[in-house]
Formats: sequence, structure tokens, C-alpha cells
Amino acid sequence: METREDLLVVDRLKTQFFTYGGVVEALDEVSFEIRLGEIFGLVGESGCGKSVTATSILGLVAKPGKIVSGRVLLDGENLVEKSEQEMNRVRGSRIAMIFQDPTSSLNPLFRIGYQVAEPYIYHQRRPKRQALKDATEILAKTGLPDAVEKSRNYPHELSGGMRQRAMIAMSLTCEPDLLIADEPTTNLDVTIGRQILDLVKDLQREFGASVLWITHDMAVVAQMCDRVGVMYAGTIVEKTDVRTLFRNAKHPYTERLLRAIPSAVKSADKLEEIPGSVPQLIHPPTGCRFHPRCDHVMEICSRVKPVELEVEPGHMVACHLFGGEKEAT
Amino acid sequence: MTTALFECRNLTKFFPIKNLFRETGRVHAVEDVNLTIPEGGTVGLVGESGCGKTTLARTILLLIEPTSGQVIFRGEDMASRSKRDLRQFRRETAIVFQDPYSSLDPRMLIADVVGEPLVIHKVAFGEDRDDVVLSLLERVGLKADHMYRYPHEFSGGQRQRLAIARALAADPKFILLDEATSALDVSVQAKILNMLNGLKADLRLTYMFISHDLNVVRHLSDHIGVMYLGRMVEYGTREQVFDTPTHPYTRGLLAAAPSLDPNDRDRPREVVLQGEVPSAVEPPSGCRFHPRCPNRKPECDRVRPELVDIGDGHLVACLPG
Repeated sequence: METREDLLVVDRLKTQFFTYGGVVEALDEVSFEIRLGEIFGLVGESGCGKSVTATSILGLVAKPGKIVSGRVLLDGENLVEKSEQEMNRVRGSRIAMIFQDPTSSLNPLFRIGYQVAEPYIYHQRRPKRQALKDATEILAKTGLPDAVEKSRNYPHELSGGMRQRAMIAMSLTCEPDLLIADEPTTNLDVTIGRQILDLVKDLQREFGASVLWITHDMAVVAQMCDRVGVMYAGTIVEKTDVRTLFRNAKHPYTERLLRAIPSAVKSADKLEEIPGSVPQLIHPPTGCRFHPRCDHVMEICSRVKPVELEVEPGHMVACHLFGGEKEAT
Repeated sequence: MTTALFECRNLTKFFPIKNLFRETGRVHAVEDVNLTIPEGGTVGLVGESGCGKTTLARTILLLIEPTSGQVIFRGEDMASRSKRDLRQFRRETAIVFQDPYSSLDPRMLIADVVGEPLVIHKVAFGEDRDDVVLSLLERVGLKADHMYRYPHEFSGGQRQRLAIARALAADPKFILLDEATSALDVSVQAKILNMLNGLKADLRLTYMFISHDLNVVRHLSDHIGVMYLGRMVEYGTREQVFDTPTHPYTRGLLAAAPSLDPNDRDRPREVVLQGEVPSAVEPPSGCRFHPRCPNRKPECDRVRPELVDIGDGHLVACLPG
């Protein structure tokens, strides 16, 4: 419907986990698109489906999970239909990922340099010696001090910040079209985390990649992302550019979430609370999944799942509050 | 004039590093810290991992024996007390830890988890204990039928409520909150922070709040200490530290925390801290911060700066010039 160039289109993606306790409806028709060269943020609280979205895009949903329906289009190609072998050629080469915890996502038994060189050897069939040399180059680019020396170290010999730099180097080796970053700064200290944010932004500009940035931290969204999708209990409730989100959030969940954050600007004694807690996804609430906790709940909310409506250009909200107005006009 | 509940004087803690035969080095965890915690106040401690926040707090609670220096509680030097004499002190102090998944015994019923301090301090037994536990659970927003369940049946936010209920059990005067809300989601964190503020007012508690999240510390504390590599580099009221940060490290730390305003991304940041925190085994000489300091002076690697009052009790450890 839009003519702007979308690199990745996630279309009504539905991922479920078939556990003994019942079917966990982790993603319920999640749709968004990432444009060329933009940083798209997915923000939400634990268990809202941010990471499942990432693993679904990469085709790495662990058993008993399965993509039930929906499409993931990378440059028009549907990744959901691809075989495991075909996906192996996409992962690490066209789509790369930076994980939250570099300690557990680096192999403790191999030297940093070799792990960073692996995509060169596997995807680009460069000779090992050349690949190792190129790896030190890209490590230096991520600001790792003494990259030549550090590339001969094992992961445990590096600090958390340095390991995260190595992860970023690894993800950039094949100059991916899409970089998925899953909370890469959550485990880092404030000053180190900020260095990593600045680094990813600089490298993203240099390489021109699109980024899917997954986080629970609204402040990181404010500083990093161009457009944002807010997730709640497996659905995207609001989707807009970042400035609009912080200036004019429309969905009741987004609005209250923003007011629950203690911030430097307002030093009120009492923080805004959202009543109730995040629902179980085995038997999620019917209709709008936020309705049991919503102030503005109406009769229709528990019956009908709200569709996304464009409340202003480029600002999508899935809430019946705005659906009523639309019917009237 | 409020009285001091805790005072520490020149508190120092080094952890020895030993090989099989001898001591090969020392971790300079806390060095020469002076701190006063006024009764009824909330003192926040901020700083990055390994700066000694937790060691300082645990030394104050006498859970770690200091290498040197004094801890004074209600005007009394606690070092002279025997272990037995500390029972009353233990009753008046409590801790809430960061991770409510590892701080609650998975094999104990909630009634026992929350009621344990009552039994240890011989406050209440049997049915009396259950009555007290019930009132504690209600105080933290849980229900009577939660009493006979196990910790795994609760969410992270509920577990942290349980940890707080247990901390309150023996009717303490002082609670150490060590990253107590760091593992929680924003909307859950808001509820816990509101509850902590309510409890403090109702029960006239004194808090020490440790966190790496500057906005949370700012929200809860009235006095804030900033630590770097075992030393206190700045101390003052919330307004002094946040509105007029003076030590270059504090300024860098505040500038590094992402702000909630998307328009700030285009503004150049005042101070950008490069590099990482050095090792506490062989900390830098002079001012510990000098290798990363954007406005270091030639003498910074030789002279150790003392905390100096720059007005109204706002203390900063940075060489003038």
C-alpha cells in the first residue's frame, strides 16, 4: 500500500508454543515493516513477544514453538517458506543478530578472532588466514583497543563491553542488510552501554544497514530509533515515528507505560501505576489483550480484537477508542 | 535537626587475593569512605559495577568485616560489640536483594519465608506468627491465601513484595535496598517504588538505596553518594548531585544515561566518557578517575583528592584548578 522501500515486511505473523500446559499464543498477528536504512525499535515489557519476533524472523523458533501463519518478507522473499539450508545462507549473511548476553553467546573454547572470522569462512569462502586478518580489521573498527592482540584472546579474557564489541564485529562481517539487536546494552554499565549505542549508530550509518532494535528501555528508544512499535502481550498496540510516540502516544497502554517511568523532568512523589499485571498467554484475554487493565474499557473491547488504524499519517494504533470515530466519519 | 542513624568513618575494605601460599594482591573494594545516614532519610548510592556500592553497604550492616575504619550505629561503635550483642542490631536492620528468584528459598512455604525473622528474633510463634505474617502480606499488597504457597508460584514483582514483607517482619528501622527494583519491568517497578515510599512514611523507616539506574535513585533518595573504584567522589542532596553535578565522573555518568526526550539525540553531550573502569586490584594512583577524566590536570596522577565541601554540604573529591 506504500511505495516507500521496505526492506523487511512482517505480515500478520502468528507464532505459538505447543506446551503440555496448553498453547501459548506468543505472537498474535504481528505486522510491521522496516525501511531501508532505518532503526526500527520494538519496545515492551518481559514476555510481550519481542524476542520471539526476532527468532521468528530468523527462523530460529525453538521447539515446541512454531510459526502458525503469516509471512516474513525480506526484499519480497518469504523467509517462512524457506528450507533450513536456504535459511543458513540468510542468517549471518543477510540478517545478523547481536544478542543481549555476549558471555553466553560467544563460544568459550574459541579465540575471539576465529569466531569473528567464521562468517567470512562460511559465507564468503575466504581462506582462513585472510579471514583472520579481516576479522582483526573489523574488530578494530568496533573500537576494540589492541584488536590484533585481543583477537587472540578467549572470551573470558575480555570485559563485558569488549565482548559486546566483538559480537557487533561478528554481526557486521558480511555487511548484512538487516541487523537484529536484542537488548545489547541491558547487561552493561551506563557509560559502557552508551559507548555501544554510539558505536552501533555510527556503524549503521557507515554500512547503511537497517536495524531492528529490541529493548524494554524507553530512553534507549528515544535516543536510538527512527520508528517504534510498542508490544503488549504478543500484539503490536502502537506504531509510529519516535518523536510522535513521546509527544503524542495514543494507545492507553503506551500512555500509561510512559508515565510509569521515573524521570529527571518530573520528580513527582508518586509514579503512575498500571493496575493488574501482564496476562498469561496460554489463555490470553479475548478481544483487545489490554482490556482487563484499561481505564477506557468499553463493551466492544472484550469481544473484538481491534484492528490497526491510522490516526494521523504514519501513526498506527490498535484500539477501539479510535475505531469508533472512524465509523462515524 | 535529624540525628544520624549510621555513621561510617574512614571505612576501608580490601579483599585479599591469595594463591596456595601467600597473598598476591588486594582488591581495593572500598577505601576511606565517610558517610552519614540520617534517621528517616534515604541515601542513594550510584556507580558502575565494581565501584564498591554493595561492599560499602554490607560493611555498614556488619555482614563484611571492615579492614579498617568504624561503623557507628546510634552513636555506638559497633566494632566493640560481640556477635551475641549484635542480635538487637540485626533486628533493626534488613536487606532486600536484587534477584527475588534466588533470595527466596524455593522449598519453604511463604508463611515460613516471611515468618522466619519472627521466629529467629523470638517475636512470635505458631498462630501468632501466622497472624503477623498475614498482616505483613496485606501491607505489601498480597493476600491471605498466598501464605501456603511456594515461591515459584509468584511473579517477579510479587516475589519482590515477599522479600520486602520478610525484611519488614522484625520491625526494622533501616532497610538496605540493593538494586531492589533492577530486575523488574517498568510498570512493576513503579508499583514497588510507590509501595516503598508509602512504607517509609508509615513505618518511619530509613533506607539505603543502591542502583545503577540514575532515575530510580533520583526518584527515591534525598541524599546521593556517587562512587568510583571504591571511593566516594561526590556526595550531596538530590538537587545538588543531579542539578549541579560537579565531579567530572558524575557529569559523565549523568550525560551517558539515555534521556527520554528524542530531541536530545541531536544535542552534543557535554562530557563523553571513553574507556572502561580500571581494575580494582591495581587501581590508578592519585585520583582513581584520572585516566578517563576529560579535564585532568598534571598533578591528578600524584595527588589524591579529598572530599571538600563546596557549599551547603555538597562534597566533591576533585583537585581545584
